[in-house]
Amino acid sequence: MKLEVALHHEFAAFALDVAFSAPAGVTALFGRSGSGKTTVVNAIAGLLRPQSGHVAIGGTALLDTRQGVFVPPHRRSIGYVFQDARLFPHFSVRSNLEFGARFAPPSETAPSLAAIADMLGIAHLLDRRPAGLSGGEKQRVAIGRALLSRPRLLLMDEPLASLDEARKGEILPYLERLRDEAAMPILYVSHSLAEVARLATTIIVLREGKVARAGPAAAILADPQAVPDLGVREAGAIFEATIVAQHPQDGLTELAVSAGRLFLPRVDAPTGARIRLRIHAHDVILATQRPQGMSALNILPATIVDIREGEGPGAAVSLACGEDRLLARVTRRSIRAMGVAPGSTCFAILKSTAVAPSDIGAGWEVGL
Amino acid sequence: MDWLSPQEWSAVALSLRVALWATAFSLPFAVLVALVLARGRFPGLQLLNGLVHLPLILPPVVTGYLLLLVFGRRGPVGHFLEQTFGLVFAFRWTGAALAGAVMGFPLMVRAIRLSIEAVDPKLEAAAATLGANRFWTFALITLPMILPGIIAGAILAFAKAMGEFGATITFVSNIPGQTRTLPSAIYAFLQVPGGEASALRLVAISVALSMAALVFSEWGARRIARRIAGA
Repeated sequence: MKLEVALHHEFAAFALDVAFSAPAGVTALFGRSGSGKTTVVNAIAGLLRPQSGHVAIGGTALLDTRQGVFVPPHRRSIGYVFQDARLFPHFSVRSNLEFGARFAPPSETAPSLAAIADMLGIAHLLDRRPAGLSGGEKQRVAIGRALLSRPRLLLMDEPLASLDEARKGEILPYLERLRDEAAMPILYVSHSLAEVARLATTIIVLREGKVARAGPAAAILADPQAVPDLGVREAGAIFEATIVAQHPQDGLTELAVSAGRLFLPRVDAPTGARIRLRIHAHDVILATQRPQGMSALNILPATIVDIREGEGPGAAVSLACGEDRLLARVTRRSIRAMGVAPGSTCFAILKSTAVAPSDIGAGWEVGL
Repeated sequence: MDWLSPQEWSAVALSLRVALWATAFSLPFAVLVALVLARGRFPGLQLLNGLVHLPLILPPVVTGYLLLLVFGRRGPVGHFLEQTFGLVFAFRWTGAALAGAVMGFPLMVRAIRLSIEAVDPKLEAAAATLGANRFWTFALITLPMILPGIIAGAILAFAKAMGEFGATITFVSNIPGQTRTLPSAIYAFLQVPGGEASALRLVAISVALSMAALVFSEWGARRIARRIAGA
């Protein structure tokens, strides 16, 4: 199942002109407020009728302005999780979930209401009214309701934006499970790079109504040329690691990455589990020789792939570390002092405490 | 019922019957018109709006006379209805119900329209993405949420139909047992010597019925609003 989108729509002060495709997994639609993310999602759901365009899921056209095709929203089989949950206030949680299933095509393999309520941790809320739920609970009910409609595609428009960090942390694991267990594509709108880095398999960066960049998540996040689009402070690559051993006496976890071993503050996962790490570019230090007598535990040999010098004092450096990519942010001055260029070998140093627990997610092929 | 004379009792019973029919019959139309006025986007919307509100502004005698012209036995619609369905409005209780319905219609539409405008269209969009077509979205989402408005509008229109006088007396006159509703009866009693006691009793009943309607509508609307808010 694959989503294909091409849209053109002109508003008074803004023109939307995008084309992209979203494979299975999570495709993140990333961009600042006003870049057109919600408009794209509404057009895919059929809540907005663009002036011209084409939307197809698995080869079935839902919108084709040339052929005069417009499938109304209720016949698109697209689940939509809104930023503001939009639970029906006059129904109980159970009735809200049943509303999702009520119009769904019959299926014997689809998970039951009870199974979905269990997965989302809302089974104890079924008899409550939406008005009495917390923001995180509402969002999980909204996700369950959308899933019970057995969608071919799931749209999520900033589902975590209105929640505080603790509630976000509560929902992210459910989204990771959804990504890894569901076969349908998920289009995930966000302006938070942390969420995108944790969930996305594919990233599409929108800027002023156009696609500025699109590609596999690991490649985009490690691309120094993408740094201005993603935000200098937030930039950082993701890579996959396998838990090798716990070292309780140090409070550390040993992980294997393609270029060697890393030690991180205790990661709560069983040995052998694959996790996704996000390493901020500003937490990576470069050295031309293997450092000696240094407190940092994590030193990985690397080859410089690309350097982008910004307008300020900084430079973004993309590194090949084994099969993974790492992004480092250093000063232009140090680039000159070290005399490195694309192709140079060097060592990437990261502090063990640099990876925050919220930057560690469940594993998924991050594929470059 | 020895505290009411048969004449008085017949006026009360007739008023209740007229108001009930007026309300029940106009309710579906009022919901439809309120929906069109709240959600419709077409040229002529303001014309429809004006037309609906006209009975509120026109002198009731004018409304009554217009009804007589259109729905009288020789009026275009009245003639057609009599020929086709054998339905006669002129000088019958049905005409009193029609006059009450027309006079109460703007109040009913107004209350329902306000409640429709208060419904968040985002909830209806959410229902659509879950597979509900327009009918089911209306039946399961919109309708329950506008129920307080519908009840408030219906009770207002009921009270208006009970008390309708000018248009009724112009359209269907003041025939005892046929078109002599509460206000017409009060008026008639006041015209004859010694009728004040009867008039006062009917006035008391009018006040009681109106108060009951208001209290009931407030109570019902609040109860439903609470249920919807889920508190």
